Amino acid sequence: MKATGKPLLFLLPAFAFLIVFVVWPILYSIQLSFYDWNGITASRHFAGLGNWRVLLTDAVFWRALRNNIIIVILSIAIQLPIAMGLAVLLHRGGKTLKLFKVVYYFPMLMSTVAVGVLFKAVYNVQFGAINPLAETLGLHALALDWLGDSRFALFSVIAVICWQFIPFYMILFLARLVSIPTELREAASMDGATGRQFFWRVELPLMRGIVGTAMTLSLIGSLKYFDLIWVMTEGGPSHSSELMATYMYKQAFATYRMGYGSAIATAMFMIVMIAALATIAAGQRRKLEV
Amino acid sequence: MRRPMMFLLAAAWLLAAGLPYYFMVQSGFKTQFELLSAPFWALPKEWTLENYRTVLAGPFVHSLFNSLLVVSLSVLLILATASMAAYAFARIQFRFSRPLFAIVVAGLVIPVHVTLIPVYLLTTKLGIYDTLWALIGPYVAFNLPISVFVLTEFMREIPRELEEAAKMDGAGPFSIFWRVILPLSGPGLATVGIYNAVALWNEFVFAYVLTSSPARRTLPLAIWDYQGQYSANIPLIMAVLSLSALPLILIYIVAQERVTGGMMAGAIKG
Repeated sequence: MKATGKPLLFLLPAFAFLIVFVVWPILYSIQLSFYDWNGITASRHFAGLGNWRVLLTDAVFWRALRNNIIIVILSIAIQLPIAMGLAVLLHRGGKTLKLFKVVYYFPMLMSTVAVGVLFKAVYNVQFGAINPLAETLGLHALALDWLGDSRFALFSVIAVICWQFIPFYMILFLARLVSIPTELREAASMDGATGRQFFWRVELPLMRGIVGTAMTLSLIGSLKYFDLIWVMTEGGPSHSSELMATYMYKQAFATYRMGYGSAIATAMFMIVMIAALATIAAGQRRKLEV
Repeated sequence: MRRPMMFLLAAAWLLAAGLPYYFMVQSGFKTQFELLSAPFWALPKEWTLENYRTVLAGPFVHSLFNSLLVVSLSVLLILATASMAAYAFARIQFRFSRPLFAIVVAGLVIPVHVTLIPVYLLTTKLGIYDTLWALIGPYVAFNLPISVFVLTEFMREIPRELEEAAKMDGAGPFSIFWRVILPLSGPGLATVGIYNAVALWNEFVFAYVLTSSPARRTLPLAIWDYQGQYSANIPLIMAVLSLSALPLILIYIVAQERVTGGMMAGAIKG
């Protein structure tokens, strides 16, 4: 009896916070997804599966989900290889790189809002940084309306997402590289292996675990993404950079459709949970194979 | 063949990471007229402090204090509650230990947005909408999973012998936690503290939804308000951004390894 009473007191404060601000809100969101409600009036109208039926045929929601998936794919495909290249570089690099290193981390030291506001200025058509530079270099074709054109907006923001997160994965990979025993390197070079061979045959296979972690973080993070898109485009123009989270925010807090907003939020929650469970399952299968 | 490629990559990232900062910092010292008339890469002909003067006279400084207050209170609460929970998971055997731990870890992936509407409604109902208090609950709750996880891993590594010795002296779980485990968890607490401080210092969504008046804005929201109000005045916005980036950059230059190590806490679940 005593043994069960004691952990309870230690767990109570943490679980109180979790229940009030995480568990209960999730359940309440699920419940609200079956109602029509503006969040203000006392009475709310039970709508059954109404919101869910609308959601399944809502072209904007599917577009948002597709945009989320584009971010997942491009984030993994662009950020991780570059981060890996830079990590290898820093790991083997000489004295010059030590100086570079300070600057290398800069992108992750600014808040996402600040990054978004900064790059909105950089992309600015008239007094930004990219278009004047393109004009000066004679690349007039590159002087585009980066954030205002629905063909480019999403990709313009993805470029900034990559800018912000490459240093994070770089440090992650670098930490793993440093932990690989130097004896391996010495033994390999005695056998005549070049640096490139050593990377592909020894280092990279040893980093499978951390690359898997990086992919999982990138996957989950990209499905939940909100801040930078909201600051830079608010999902526009005409939903071209809409994400599940930005669409949910607009429905709930701009047009006060709390029921429909809750349905989007619940759908997003389920998609993220399924993605997380899938990566756990994939990770376990990989362990079994080895 | 290989070396030049490597050098190219090294130089390319140096430029990519550095140039936006260059653009930001020097534009903040330009007049609006000069920004429009001269190319952005040219340094200001006349360095003006006018933008900084305007920013420092505005609500910026107040929001800095708001952020300091909310972040330090939240981090203290996180460290207190997470270390207690971590102690239970790492050191006490009890029924449902594994499923409860799994619930906490599941919190790592939960999207903030699924809780946004209920937390907003709760906040208005409690009458703390548009106060700094509204932020603390969600800030603590959403950072508990990673903190409990990292601290539990850390406390598992602490040698059992130290605990046994204290038990022999008749110490109960509370005094073991307070006198043995907590003092030995310093590095773990530092990592978790830095991670949370950085994450909360930059937090946007909850502050955006749960506050509205300038006097209650935290730093990221102050930036948001400035860009809404002065969207045409790029030098002023750049001065705001430079000032807001300054604290973290200063801390980073002083304690590089600590900061980057702390920011990685979110990823050690490998």
